Amino acid sequence: MPKDAAASAARTVDAALDTLACIDLACRRGNRLLFKGVNLQVRAGQAVWLRGRNGRGKTSLLRLAAGLAVPESGQVSWGGVDVRRASVYASVRVYIGHANALKEDLTVTESLQFLARLHGRAHDVPSLHGALERVGMASRRDALVRTLSQGQRRRAALARLALERSAALWILDEPYDALDVDGIDAVNRLLHENLARGGSVLLTSHLPPGAGAPDVAEFDLDPFAG
Amino acid sequence: MSSLRWSTFSAPSRFYALVNVLNPWLWGLAIALTLAGLYMGFFVAPVDATQGNSYRIIFIHVPAAWLSMVLYLAMAFWAAIGWMLNARMASMLARAIAPTGAVFTFLALWTGSFWGKPTWGTWWVWDARLTSELILLFLYLGYIALVSSIDDAVRGDKAGAVLALVGAVNVPIIYFSVVWWNTLHQGATISMTAAPKMAQTMLMAMLLMTLAFWAYAFAVVFTRAQALAVEREGHADWVRMVARKELQ
Amino acid sequence: MSAAFVAVYTRDIRLALRRRVEALLPVVFFVVAVSLFPVGVGPEPQTLRVIAAGVVWVCALLASMLSVANLYALDHSDGSLEQMLLSGHPPTVIAAAKAAAHWTTTGAPLVLAAPVIGLLLDMSPAALATLVAALLLGTPVLSLLGGVGAALTLGLRSAGVLLILLILPLTIPALIFGSGAVGAVDSGISASGHFSLLGALLIFTALIAPLATAVALRIALE
Repeated sequence: MPKDAAASAARTVDAALDTLACIDLACRRGNRLLFKGVNLQVRAGQAVWLRGRNGRGKTSLLRLAAGLAVPESGQVSWGGVDVRRASVYASVRVYIGHANALKEDLTVTESLQFLARLHGRAHDVPSLHGALERVGMASRRDALVRTLSQGQRRRAALARLALERSAALWILDEPYDALDVDGIDAVNRLLHENLARGGSVLLTSHLPPGAGAPDVAEFDLDPFAG
Repeated sequence: MSSLRWSTFSAPSRFYALVNVLNPWLWGLAIALTLAGLYMGFFVAPVDATQGNSYRIIFIHVPAAWLSMVLYLAMAFWAAIGWMLNARMASMLARAIAPTGAVFTFLALWTGSFWGKPTWGTWWVWDARLTSELILLFLYLGYIALVSSIDDAVRGDKAGAVLALVGAVNVPIIYFSVVWWNTLHQGATISMTAAPKMAQTMLMAMLLMTLAFWAYAFAVVFTRAQALAVEREGHADWVRMVARKELQ
Repeated sequence: MSAAFVAVYTRDIRLALRRRVEALLPVVFFVVAVSLFPVGVGPEPQTLRVIAAGVVWVCALLASMLSVANLYALDHSDGSLEQMLLSGHPPTVIAAAKAAAHWTTTGAPLVLAAPVIGLLLDMSPAALATLVAALLLGTPVLSLLGGVGAALTLGLRSAGVLLILLILPLTIPALIFGSGAVGAVDSGISASGHFSLLGALLIFTALIAPLATAVALRIALE
């Protein structure tokens, strides 16, 4: 049942984060349209759960929202400016896709440090260790990524979120994938913190977000199939 | 009919119709000019003082070489237009040009080889022009290989455009370096680049053959572009209409 | 901006150091390939001296191209490339950093291996010195052009061979000026013209190639 996003209005927001707006969005894969006419907004303090059957284009929509892909028609805007041109977008948007972006031959800390440096977040060792602690990866922080299980890699990839200090738009593709109960709890805590700061979240999940997750507004992609 | 804007033909359906109108004329022109040019080149133009009759192959060799270079620039141009303006038909045109350009390059190389044999006794000479033509063939083949390896048509168009532009920028550099290389290594031999003193009829024949090849290139490229348009737009209404008309 | 360059560059170097054997495979290929020529052509020193510069250059070219296919492939498959392009840093800087890292891990070792190879082919000291200097200017050009090819063929099935087909014609000027420099010195004339041209080629490529690579990367990830 769709939860009202008005609940998020109760949260105090200082410098309000801009709104992500997908306007009349259409996405093509090969020769066919995956979806068309999608109108979706993610406002500050709001969490949106993007749902739909396999192959409907959830990942494609997230990539369009992140600014990686170009839509077939329509526009994705951030604060009214097209995301591919908005220079400020890169600093307020965190995208974590299916792939973990960790290098097999680096240690967990080294991999995280690279991503933190790349995105201009705190990359000193104490901060990194603190972030890994929050996702329960402190004991494996000097292990090579190659030696980790799927669940552990997912946690390490999501540790980036624990480095965030200000409100941001988090675009997460199946963040709960491969995580155990503790992992899911850790992620949910991080999500709550971001929303409390005035950030926003756009995520996909093939299972409904559980009890510990923040209130989400559902967006079903199925009706928009091309 | 309202005033003609060139952009009208950027729609595949209208391009298709335009080509159907133009092509019979282009083919007619190509055949007529070829016959005229070959007649002039092989029967009317005088025998050359130094090379006898074997020089006559240049009436095919030189126009083919010119076309091969012009077509590469055209291919890069249309690929760039298709990319910048998001014009599908322009990208398809670029793809359609590539095989014809490669064919002309090969023709230039082949006829160049025929020229070399009676004159110098070898089937191949590494002079600046022929070597550059060979590299141009590689550039064409590279473009064709790249766009056919990419399944997604749009990505293929754009990647092809980047490659064609990078190639176009490099062609002068490559040509310069090959000339440099050739002057270092070649002794004082008769170079194929030293064309025989051109009689009026010889120039006329070369001009006719160049125009003939142009007309042929237009016709073939247009037909190929039509086929690409039908293939890509398979789901569109105009394609269904074309199919029905053909069947009736 | 330079922060991104340093981050990407040091990461790539660190990764290569963790896989030292794999990183040196191009150099091994280089040595093996060059060694085939005396076997195929005949071991007469006079012949070898004549073909030496060309052989070394061509083998360096091929060795460079073989290793560049992986420049972006691994980052693409594990999602790192997406993160780099989303970071807000100019993709041109990322491309320049990757090319620089490739040269450091492949090109520079080739330059260091060249004198040894040159001795195997009975090159004179003057020719050897010229060869090393020419390779020093030419191998960065190969890394830069290789980056363009790697970006264009990202994720394609036969990316490795296709990349070589696409890029080799573009490397011909470097080959001509580079081996020509050695030929000039062997004939007793100055190679300064060749070096000027090589230098100009390097500058030109350094300006154009990262830009083309960046554009190709965006296209590949769309």
